[in-house]
Amino acid sequence: MISGAEIVIRCLQEEKVDCVFGYPGGSVLHIYDALFKQEQVKHILVRHEQAAVHAADAYSRSSQKVGVALVTSGPGVTNTVTGIATAYMDSIPMVVLCGQVPTQYIGQDAFQECDTVGITRPCVKHNFLVKDVKDLAVTIKKAFHIAATGRPGPVVVDIPKDITAQLCDFEYPKSIQMRSYNPVVKGHLGQIKKAVQMLQEAKRPIIYSGGGVILSDASDKLTQLAHKLDFPVTNTLMGLGGYPATDRQFVGMLGMHGTFEANNAMHYADVILAVGARFDDRVIGNPEHFGEEKRRVIHIDIDPSSISKRVKVDVPIVGNVADVLDEMLKLMDGSFKADPEVADWWKQIDEWRGRKSLAYRQSEHIMPQFVMEKLYEVTGGDAFVTSDVGQHQMFAAQYYKFDKPRRWINSGGLGTMGVGLPYGMGVLMANPGAQVACVTGEGSIQMCIQEMSTCKQYGFPIKIINLNNGMLGMVRQWQEMFYSKRYSQSYVTSLPDFVKLAEAYGHVGMKIEKPEDVEPALRKAFTEHKDDLVFMDFIIDPAANVFPMVAAGKGLTEMILAEEL
Amino acid sequence: MRHIISILIENEAGALSRVAGLFSARGYNIESLTVAPTEDPSLSRMTILTRGSDDVLEQITKQLNKLIDVVKVVDLSEAPHVERELMLIKVRATGKDREEMKRMADIFRGRIIDVTETAYVIELTGASSKLDSFIAALDAGLILETVRTGVCGVGRGDRILKV
Ligand SMILES: Cc1ncc(C[n+]2csc(CCOP(=O)(O)OP(=O)(O)O)c2C)c(N)n1
Ligand SMILES: [Mg+2]
Repeated sequence: MISGAEIVIRCLQEEKVDCVFGYPGGSVLHIYDALFKQEQVKHILVRHEQAAVHAADAYSRSSQKVGVALVTSGPGVTNTVTGIATAYMDSIPMVVLCGQVPTQYIGQDAFQECDTVGITRPCVKHNFLVKDVKDLAVTIKKAFHIAATGRPGPVVVDIPKDITAQLCDFEYPKSIQMRSYNPVVKGHLGQIKKAVQMLQEAKRPIIYSGGGVILSDASDKLTQLAHKLDFPVTNTLMGLGGYPATDRQFVGMLGMHGTFEANNAMHYADVILAVGARFDDRVIGNPEHFGEEKRRVIHIDIDPSSISKRVKVDVPIVGNVADVLDEMLKLMDGSFKADPEVADWWKQIDEWRGRKSLAYRQSEHIMPQFVMEKLYEVTGGDAFVTSDVGQHQMFAAQYYKFDKPRRWINSGGLGTMGVGLPYGMGVLMANPGAQVACVTGEGSIQMCIQEMSTCKQYGFPIKIINLNNGMLGMVRQWQEMFYSKRYSQSYVTSLPDFVKLAEAYGHVGMKIEKPEDVEPALRKAFTEHKDDLVFMDFIIDPAANVFPMVAAGKGLTEMILAEEL
Repeated sequence: MRHIISILIENEAGALSRVAGLFSARGYNIESLTVAPTEDPSLSRMTILTRGSDDVLEQITKQLNKLIDVVKVVDLSEAPHVERELMLIKVRATGKDREEMKRMADIFRGRIIDVTETAYVIELTGASSKLDSFIAALDAGLILETVRTGVCGVGRGDRILKV
């Protein structure tokens, strides 16, 4: 017999978990003791539990594995909520193990007690409170199973301290059967046939793909299918890298800050093939305006509730994206012939492309778009780019051309400032030796800045690309455009000297103020300082805005394009 | 449109709050909710009376199915079914009202299940509309207390909700 704490660790070993991100405390002391006695599962000690969850989340996003976080009860748990909700909104598989006060104290307002299951319930795929040590192993097995299958998501396991001390035989279930949980994998063949037929009839088709393609590891299949069809492809913010951005058929990201060609093609398409995307409000703009055009929609998604939620779908296909695309490819083998009118559609798209909606004005200051273009060049387009939330995030999404899946790591659904740096840590644990750039702003980076200390401890050589505009830029942009320039609380004063701050944490700091210094500085950071964390403080043109822009409430084609070109 | 959703759910602690939380988080309305274990004690059956357009109902069923503890969901009102609700109503029963209350209970096929010097408790079962009519038929001033279980129902004949 072994203790509950040892069972927790053995379960992690059985799941081939090579590292957990965590922070100790009273109710997880037994678990930390069991962790100490073995080597297989490494532990990354963060400086704030929020970062542990973000790092575990990025570990999942950047690999095909499930990230794990371990935190103590009460404040440890409440600190994780932002991270859990962030992962939930983007359907990221993750297991969060939480300590809880001993069983007999639950409900007594014990020291560091909180209702973990209650607090996390609305932002998890599922959660468990373990009430008996005999259930511990099977519960953890279920947690991993639920997190990674179907539409993935975070799962919380709340473990009272007494349970980690009790003794029990250990047996890890090989597989799990749950009568209440049987996610669909294969799509309905009849529906897939209908879809192929519809694609054959399409005159103005578009493939609109999202994060589901990446989660399902279906990028190769999507690319194959798109090439076979020779249809234009657009990606959502979450779908970037799911289709190679440098491919001729790629029309760019769509949505609020999508390209002119992507938004127009989406709006005027007569057939939309939606793959692992959910027509969210940042993507289709005003739904009434979007609904004005007659079109037919094929929607492949693993989650039936995503289908016909915001846009009526004509051919719903519920299933794992990779399996459905596979089936589609088989059906189309040899026999597929696109409508000849698609050639005219391409002409139209090229005309839209000619609008060059991502061109930006020149300035004596550093333009953020320029930094992104140089970052792309210097890293050979092959870096993992994590980002925070704001204008810098959109610049990264628009100007870094992702050719591979799982390279673009950002909080799309919840839009959580502060994820960038801990995301970099998670990426590096899952992909040791990778080039990692964290594109951030002076606002966002300060939300998890303490993780510079973790980066020092474990030698995470993240390149922090701080697009410093001295503003909560995205907020300022909205105030400039929609609130008559009343810049209420969007100006950040008393910024720290980021170079000194980086140095104080033991890292390298650089301040870059002139456009001609951008590239040399980046090169230096990625070569000479390859193994260091480098905080690059780019002082950018504070007036730079993100364009194109579909203002809130506007239609997809009612874009505001870049100011003075 | 009025819909009766029947749910088979694992009889686990917290299962009810998952369902209730889903309804409040997504802004769906619950007019009544009843829940109790089934003949298989590992399963509970929940009945929710809700209102919404077809689109909303489609989302409600899909979202319920997504809850890990939920085993099955049906919209009972989509096809022939029977439904019942139980009400206990405590009324003032003094003087001439005592006789009148007895008569009213008889007309509605209610049963008086508790009698004191001043009050009756009447048990009434039926479609919700019948319970409403009973309340409407009484002199409001004589109603001391009402408690209703909320609707429960089953599909007719071969429509069976079971694992
Ligand atoms: C935790 C959190 N709080 C508030 C917001 C709202 N918000 C979105 S963008 C933004 C400004 C971000 O500023 P900065 O990091 O400097 O990026 P910039 O837009 O200037 O590039 C804010 C406050 C958010 N997304 N997340
Ligand atoms: Mg800023």
